[in-house]
Parts: sequence; structure tokens; C-alpha cells
Amino acid sequence: MTDLVIIGGGPAGMSAATAAYECGIRDILILERDENLGGILQQCIHNGFGLHNFGEELTGPEYAWKYEQKVRELGIPFKLNTMVLDITEDKIITATNEEEGIFQIQAKAIVLAMGCRERAKGALNIAGTRPAGIYSAGTAQKYVNMKGYMPGKEVVILGSGDIGLIMARRMTLEGAKVKAVCELMPYSGGLARNIQQCLVDFDIPLLLSHTVVEVHGKERVTGVTIAKVDENRRPIEETKQYISCDTLLLSVGLIPENELSKRAGISLDHITNGAVVDQDRETEVEGIFACGNVLHVHDLVDFVSQEAAIAGKSAAAYIQGTCKKGAAITLKTDGKIRYTVPQKITANKDVNVYFRVADVFRDVRINVYKGEEIIFSKKKAKAAPGEMESIVLKKDLLEGAEELRFALED
Amino acid sequence: MFDVVIIGAGVIGGMIARTLSAYDLKLCIAEKENDVAMGATKANSAIVHAGFDAKPGSLKAKLNVRGSELMPQIAEELGVKYDNNGSLVIGFSEADREIIKALYERGCTNGVKGLKIVEKDELKKLEPNLSENVLCALYAPTGAITCPYELTIAAIGNAMDNGAQLELNFEVKEICEKDGYYEVRSDKKVLQTKYIINAAGLYSDKIAAMVGDTSFTVHPRRGEYILLDKECGNLVSHTIFRTPSKMGKGILVTPTVDGNLLTGPTSVDIKDKEDTSTTAVGFDNIIRQAKENVPDIPYNKTITSFCGLRAVGSTGDFIMNAPKPGFINAAGIESPGLSSAPAIAEYAAELLKEQGAVLLPKESYHPIREAQHAFREAGIEEKNEMIKKDKSFGKIVCRCEAITEGEILRAIRTNPGARDLDGVKRRTRAQMGRCQGGFCSPQIVELLSKELGIPYEAVTKSGEGSYINIGKTKEV
Repeated sequence: MTDLVIIGGGPAGMSAATAAYECGIRDILILERDENLGGILQQCIHNGFGLHNFGEELTGPEYAWKYEQKVRELGIPFKLNTMVLDITEDKIITATNEEEGIFQIQAKAIVLAMGCRERAKGALNIAGTRPAGIYSAGTAQKYVNMKGYMPGKEVVILGSGDIGLIMARRMTLEGAKVKAVCELMPYSGGLARNIQQCLVDFDIPLLLSHTVVEVHGKERVTGVTIAKVDENRRPIEETKQYISCDTLLLSVGLIPENELSKRAGISLDHITNGAVVDQDRETEVEGIFACGNVLHVHDLVDFVSQEAAIAGKSAAAYIQGTCKKGAAITLKTDGKIRYTVPQKITANKDVNVYFRVADVFRDVRINVYKGEEIIFSKKKAKAAPGEMESIVLKKDLLEGAEELRFALED
Repeated sequence: MFDVVIIGAGVIGGMIARTLSAYDLKLCIAEKENDVAMGATKANSAIVHAGFDAKPGSLKAKLNVRGSELMPQIAEELGVKYDNNGSLVIGFSEADREIIKALYERGCTNGVKGLKIVEKDELKKLEPNLSENVLCALYAPTGAITCPYELTIAAIGNAMDNGAQLELNFEVKEICEKDGYYEVRSDKKVLQTKYIINAAGLYSDKIAAMVGDTSFTVHPRRGEYILLDKECGNLVSHTIFRTPSKMGKGILVTPTVDGNLLTGPTSVDIKDKEDTSTTAVGFDNIIRQAKENVPDIPYNKTITSFCGLRAVGSTGDFIMNAPKPGFINAAGIESPGLSSAPAIAEYAAELLKEQGAVLLPKESYHPIREAQHAFREAGIEEKNEMIKKDKSFGKIVCRCEAITEGEILRAIRTNPGARDLDGVKRRTRAQMGRCQGGFCSPQIVELLSKELGIPYEAVTKSGEGSYINIGKTKEV
């Protein structure tokens, strides 16, 4: 029996582990599938991490190292090259590695911190051939930054998610020509600062409301046909144009990796594709917590670390038997606000609620309703899907509520 | 000097090679691609048809029923997945019912066992997710599914284990008739052989023409498919067909032996034998028609789409004959080619005998090939035994499908060894899951590079020209 098992040794897992340690838990084990701690940050060699948490601009590996150092100093055990194959509702974890083979661990509490994966080309049904030269942006990032190999020289990027933007700059710095970034939506899903620093500064065109409609090339990509899309996101025939290139990078969305969560019987939010959690990041299976990109996709790792600390602390309280929960207050959204995390509140304390909006909005108010009464209101000059929002609900506002409704209003 | 050179390493060439490897013959399989199973074999519906479609008396009818009978044992011997899931041809109107009745009669004439016409109530019990508009169906309990490329890889692997030689990247450019033997030439190499079997799929007309047989042509018929996540694999348990038209059996909905849901194919005659591109129109047609049959197919769970080219012969039937002494055609093998493959192989052996070849059973012949997916399907204790012997079976490389380094290394080392990323994919399912190789392909490239002793940037997706990286950063 292990008190706390943390699935994933990326920024979320490490932050959860150190937070639980600081709350007095000693019997902790981190299971990491990669050969190093740090998760995806290992390949994010650009800067911009840590502004919120450390007040300085760090690279991904530097940011991860701050947490890894802490894990090592505290002597928190971790197993590398260890893949979790199954988790049950009773918190039995089955994992495998080269040394121990397949083994099982019974945990008192589990923190899920498996991160997310990129949406693949197959899911998009792009017509044309299936040659070499099509990569998700993250895969290309791994080739360039971790393996030291160049996937190609003339690049078109579909999707303007942050990794795509970062890779536009990275490929350019490595001597490739990035011919265009096509974005299906009329706005980018990436951070405003990345659009400036990765595209505008390098004169890379961002084509909004554009998509790739066909891939060309037999053995290797030789070009793509792009087109503008109408308001229903259907390509407009007359706007089709051919761009020759040897590489197509995809940055078309991130999906929390919740296959294990499903096996444990955890119910998922169909908008976030992550678990339904309360303010403690506890899932609907008691003693199993989730945090970081496996719970919902974040823009900034600083918020991942903060959220994971909540999960780590809460797991500690669960193990120590000190957490008390009351009746759940459900958080509802109006569609303009797509989701909230947490999705419910089960304790009477101040709660930081994170959410994303469904479109680009200007001059709006975020209103939180308890019945017909507005209990919280905040003005926003601009809200966009690419930037996660958060508000703090003070505990006295929650009293007597059964349901709170989040709305975006003029 | 070879006794037999088989041109084409698809399911037909593969099954013929395996059948002939039981005899005392010096065999060679010549394939133009970087791997086996690269043509129609790797992109089709993967159905072992019961045999009610083909016209009674045709070679298709005869070989389909026989092939389908032979398939379970062959799959067992080769360790290939085979699931006798049964098939349904569903009808929505009285006109469809007439077609279904005719198929029933035809199936009985062809010798298909267990056929039955089922009405809506029973049908909905068999398949609750079918459209409410179904009226009746032809139920064929002998219908089955398998994995055609796995079958081909295993058949050729088994033939190689029994002494056959495989020549990859060998595109036949010329066949010369010599005194009592043939020379089969590529740009780089010459194979001398007493007999040739033409199993060149889409190019079998071109190969036949090299010895002067221009009695038939073969044209490509495009078939596009959409494959869905394993989450959707239970939506139907049988293979669901619509009533057929002259262009084929329509859009089907079927589980695969790996637990995914497969929908397709479209059916469009084209000219370019290399054009395996998919089309937006094709996708729309698949989705629309598949949803008529099974309305709740969640296409947002699509994993990938692909296109295969069926080799449609000009005669309307399989073309199996010997237009020249010692030269045998196994050509124009369109649907039900996979189902018929074991019987086509038997028949090719008969034709070879007629041409004077002596088929002496080989004592050392071993028909068994260990299932390559055995590790995946083993229990924990068994797996741990294997990990103890070889720790690389403890290390997961492909997260989505939980494929270990040991399985990938074995795919590279076992006949016929994988030589590129797609070869590893077809043998192990690594890169075939939800992330489509996003996480694991850089690592598989590394394994291929080490095992094949080639530079990292020389590893390809699927043979020459399909490079993954152009070279080291700062150097290119």
C-alpha cells in the first residue's frame, strides 16, 4: 500500500508531489513513462515560462528543473520509463517497466497528471495523399529540439495553437521557410504574445478562416492546397490555392489523455475532455484527483503548477482524513462560457474558478448567478478562447447555493 | 536458378508463396515496394466473405466459398486474427427484399452454409444500433473478418521461414524467355526461373504483357475508408452490408479484428494506378451512407482515413490461366480476393503442376508461425516471464496501443522484417492509435536506425523518397 501515487512526472505531477510532501505525506511515488522527469517541458526550449510563479522568464527545461530539484531534495521517490497500463476504481495501479516487469500498487490516493496529446491528422479527414512530411507540431518539436534533426525546409502549418506558433518560429530560426499558418477559425487559438513574437516578428502570414483541403505528394509532401472557409467552415472553391512545401505541421488542438481515467470509472466533462472535479480537483471517484493538462488544457504552465498544488494538498488531506465535504454546488455555463474548472464546489471556502470562452468577445461582463441574483460581476475588455480566464468566488457568496450559473453578458 | 518466381507480395502472392513453400521448390517473391502487402492488400474492407455475391459457376464463386472454408485454419497456423462475426446484408424496401432473396438463392447455389433471411424484429436484436428503417436482412453466419496485411506478412514470413527468398524494391521491368526458363529483370538485378506466377495486382496486366499476353487489362477502382476509435468498435458486431450494385457492395460498417470500427469503401473507377488519394466527396459519401445504416456512428472519433485501389480485371472474373508455358496468371483479383486467397493459392499450385512443375512435399516444412500479437494478448504472469527473458518487453514505446520496445524489435527482426515506420505500424500497431505516432515515431525511427544500421535521417515512412528528416539541424 502506498499513500499517494502520482501518474505522470511532468510539471503537474511534480508540483502535486511536492505540495503533498509539504502537507506531511511521505509515502509518495511518481510514475513517469519517459526517461526523464519534466514531461513535455523538456522539449519546450523557448522562454516565457515561470513569469507568474517565479517572476522571471525561464525556458521549459529550466522551469521543470526547479520542480525536479525540489523532488530530488525532498527525496520523493519516482520511477522513470514506467508506463501505467491500468487504474481501477479501488485505486489499484498496474504499471510496467524493464526492471520490474508488470507490477501492481495499491494506493490510498491517486493524482492523475498524464497531460494531453495533440489531435492527429487522421481526425481531420484532409483529402489527398498520405506521404511522409506530415507531423504534429509537437512531434516536429521533438525531432528538432530533442533529436537534433530537421523534418523539412518548406513548411505550411495548419492550426494556430501555441505549439504551432512556437514551431513556426523554431523552424524559421533553424533555417526553414514557413510559408503560412492557416487557421480554420476567424481567430487564433494561441496566446496573443505568441502571435506577435512567433509570427509577426518573423513576417510569417497568419491566414485566418483558412484550412488545408488537400495534401499532395506520393512519397513525401510536395505541396498543399489551402482555401478560405465560409461561416460554416466549409472551404470556398474559388479561393483554393496551391502552396508548394515539403512539410505540413499540425497544431489543431490538444486532447487530455484520459484513457486511464475512463478505466477507473471517472466521469468526464465532454467539453474539457477531462474529469469532472470539485474545488479540490477530486474526481467523482473518491481519492482520485486530477490536475494539469489531463484535467483541461492550459495555456501557461504556471497555472498547471498552481492547480497541481491544489490537487497535491487535497490528496494529502484525503489521506490524513482531514477533508470535509458538503453538498455539491453545480457550476453551469451559458455556452458563451464553454466550461468551468472546477465543475462543482463541495466546500465552503474561497474558490478560484477557471474557464474559457467560446468565441472572441469585446466589452462584456462575466456574471455569476445564484438563481436570479448576480452574486459576482466583472468587466472584460476582451475575452478569447485562447486565453484562459479565472475569477475568485469568495466563500460567503457560496452560502445556500445549489447551482451557480456563469454567463457572459453585454 | 529459381523454380518459381512470384511477382507481387500482396495477399495473393503471399498465400501462393506460403502454399508452394510446403514443396521442394526454390522460391522467390519479387516485390516493387519496400515492404510486403503494399497494394490493395493493405487498404480494403478486411472481410472474409461468405460467398453469396459471385455469379454461380464463376471462378470467383468457387474460390470464395473454398477460400472462406480454408481461412480459419490458415489464420490459426499463421497466428493471424480471424473473427467469424457473421455478416448482414440489410434492406430498406421491398425492392431490396427482392435483391436479398436473389442473394439468398445465389448463395445456396454457391454452397454457402447457414444463410437465412431475418426480419426487422430479429435483426434489431442482432444489431440494436441499426437504423429504425431497416426491413429485413440476409444473415450469413459464415462471414468473417481478418487483418489482410497481417495475414500477408505472416504468410510471407512463414514462406521465408520455409526457405523462400523475398526481393523487395524489385520492380519487374522486363521478362525474357530463354531456352526452358525465364529471366525476370529489374533495373538492378536479374532472377532466373523455370516458372513465373503473376500476382502483381493492379499491374498484373502489364506483367502479362511482358510475355505477350494482352488478353486482359486491369484498372484501379478507388475505395476510401474512414476508421474510428476502438471506443466505437462495439457499435455493431456483424459486418453490415447494403444490397449490392454493379459497382460493388456499397458502404459497409464493420468492426475490425483489432476492435476499431471501419466504414467504407467508396467505389470510383479511376485511371491512375498510383492515385491512393482520398477526396472530400468520398468522405461525405461514406458518412452519409454509413449513417443511413447505423445512424449513431460518432465520426468525431475518427482516427484516420485511407484509400485502397482494387485491381478490377476486364473479364469480370478472376483471371487464372497459363497464357505461356511456365507462366501463370493470378490476375484481376478484386473482391472477394482476400476471401478467395487460400483457394487461389491451391489453384495456382494445380496450374503449376499442369505446367509440368513437380511438387514434392518437403519434409522440413513447418506450417506454424508464432502469433506476433501474442505478447499483447498474454496474461500478466506470461508477460512477466517474457520480460524476465527480454526486458525490452517491459518498456512501452507506443502509449496509445501499449506496444513495447520488444514487440517493435521483433517486428524488425522477424521474417519479413519491417524496414520503415509503416512496416513497424502494420506489424505491431505502434503508431496506429489515437495519437497516430505523434509521441512514439521519433523513438521508432531510432530503433529502426539502430537495428538496420542506417543513419537516423535515412529511416523512411514507407520506402525510398518518403524520408522523415532531411538531416541534422545546423547541417541542412
